[in-house]
Amino acid sequence: MTTEALTPENVERLLSGSPRRRSKERAIRWFFWTASATSILITLAIVLSLVGEAWTFISQADPSSLWEIGWFPRRGLFDVKTIVAGTLLVAGIAMLVAGPLGLGTAMYLSEYARPSIRRVVKPTLELLAGIPSVVLGYFALTFITPDLLKRIFGNQVAGFNLLAAGIGVGILTIPLVASITEDALRAVPRSLREASYGLGASRMSTSIRVVFPAAVSGVVASLIIAVSRAIGETMVVAIAAGATGGSLFSLNVLQPGQTMTAAMTALAIGSDRVRGADNAFQSLFFVGLLLFLVTLFLNVISERFVRRVRQKY
Amino acid sequence: METRTQTDKTVDLTKEKVRTPSFDVSSLAGQGDPMLAQNPVMIDVRGLHVYYGDFLAVKNVDMPIRQNEITSLIGPSGCGKSTVLRCFNRMNDLIETARVEGVIEYHGVNLYGDSVDPVEVRRRVGMVFQKPNPFPKPIYDNIAFGPRIAGWNGKMDDLVEESLRRAALWDEVKDKLHESAYALSGGQQQRLCIARAIATSPDVVLMDEPCSALDPIATLKIEELMLDLKKDYTIIIVTHNMQQAARVSDRTAFFSVDVSERGRTGYLVEFARTQDIFTKPEKKQTEDYITGRFG
Repeated sequence: MTTEALTPENVERLLSGSPRRRSKERAIRWFFWTASATSILITLAIVLSLVGEAWTFISQADPSSLWEIGWFPRRGLFDVKTIVAGTLLVAGIAMLVAGPLGLGTAMYLSEYARPSIRRVVKPTLELLAGIPSVVLGYFALTFITPDLLKRIFGNQVAGFNLLAAGIGVGILTIPLVASITEDALRAVPRSLREASYGLGASRMSTSIRVVFPAAVSGVVASLIIAVSRAIGETMVVAIAAGATGGSLFSLNVLQPGQTMTAAMTALAIGSDRVRGADNAFQSLFFVGLLLFLVTLFLNVISERFVRRVRQKY
Repeated sequence: METRTQTDKTVDLTKEKVRTPSFDVSSLAGQGDPMLAQNPVMIDVRGLHVYYGDFLAVKNVDMPIRQNEITSLIGPSGCGKSTVLRCFNRMNDLIETARVEGVIEYHGVNLYGDSVDPVEVRRRVGMVFQKPNPFPKPIYDNIAFGPRIAGWNGKMDDLVEESLRRAALWDEVKDKLHESAYALSGGQQQRLCIARAIATSPDVVLMDEPCSALDPIATLKIEELMLDLKKDYTIIIVTHNMQQAARVSDRTAFFSVDVSERGRTGYLVEFARTQDIFTKPEKKQTEDYITGRFG
């Protein structure tokens, strides 16, 4: 840098900075703004298209067809509770599998495992996360049902059933729960663990009474994401739960059943146009909107819950 | 006659509490106390070496720590004083590669003996850390944590109050026991950590630079508290602040460090009464360190 006299004129020139840097700053800012605006626009467009077609469906549908017998869109029977119940059953079973296994894995990796064990378990978990859901669908159909469920429940269990689908979806979401929860647990400051150990807490007390409560917002977040994933999961259910043509209302998880996503797939595949009653096509959007609302509801509830139980560190 | 003795004692205690914090050799703690030498040894460190992996981090520590005294560990950064402190409650066990050789006898029992459970050690040897680290829970639950996990089933309200009173925090927090500990100031948080440590009724309290994150007024309060607590507890404190060591401690251990290409190995240079360390150190190294800082 050349030394020049710091006269007012010189200083004014120096302090005014470079116009190129300022325009670069503006361009970057504009790019980021566009990126976020685009994603919001896309979301809005999706919701609008859903609402539009769904409204067409609701206004045309016979109200009685929305709440009786079962889900047979090609015959004009759109019993909503059939597919909502199917979805909740599958998601519930999935969480019974993924909750304990995912949280347990995360707890083990974060609080108990030696580094050498972590190095093996973590990549294995990521491998599990990388298995396409269609593979898990066949795994549920050809292994879980015949080799596991048939042995336990005998002939009560159908070849296609909601339980196998739920377990399959659960396996699919284990890595999700485990990895987000583990991140949350590991983010808890070491000083809190030291405080706990310093008071004579065992590893178990420290994990359960100090680390877990401090990480609870991340833990709940992981479970909510897993539930949303389970509700939205399509392939496993379409393959393993059967009832592709439609389903009677049933809460028996050992029998075939239909979820919202599988119902949509069943309608949309196998043809270049949706066959059936006049408004079968619009019913797809109606179910889509329903899915969207359920997920939104879950997110709002979890947000509230987290804010209440969170131990902020 | 008896009443008068009582009164004298009270006056003495008050004096102890208002001791000025400014450094002054004539006010060195423990000076002229004939009882000092008679305090029994509570923790006897003999031939202590600490390794991280196969690297020697601290070598050759011999240090008898006496009951109801404050012992301070001083020395330059990286000299292993915190490492040594963390041997007294087996906190180093939490570091996978840490290994300890030698003997640390607590009431005559080797803390590193085969049958010793580190969890039990930590219930008897409490610890206060460098940065205040209250749990993100209400004040009450912070205090109750230790007793609860130990399965204590007395009246928790009383224990919480007593612990907070003991840590000179009760009056400041008695109306907000169920508010988060994070709402307190740094100094209050550190006194809460002290209250939390003594709630499990340990007989030793370890303090790892307890005032390094605090302002001078909060520091003064903690120091007064330490002097008050030593009636009931044996305190070992690591400090960077030599004036603090001089103000509060009865004995001082001065550590130094050997630097080799493999790393830094700390060792004990001199362990003596605080007044001796600061006024007539035996080793030149000690004298250089002390005068270098004060000169």
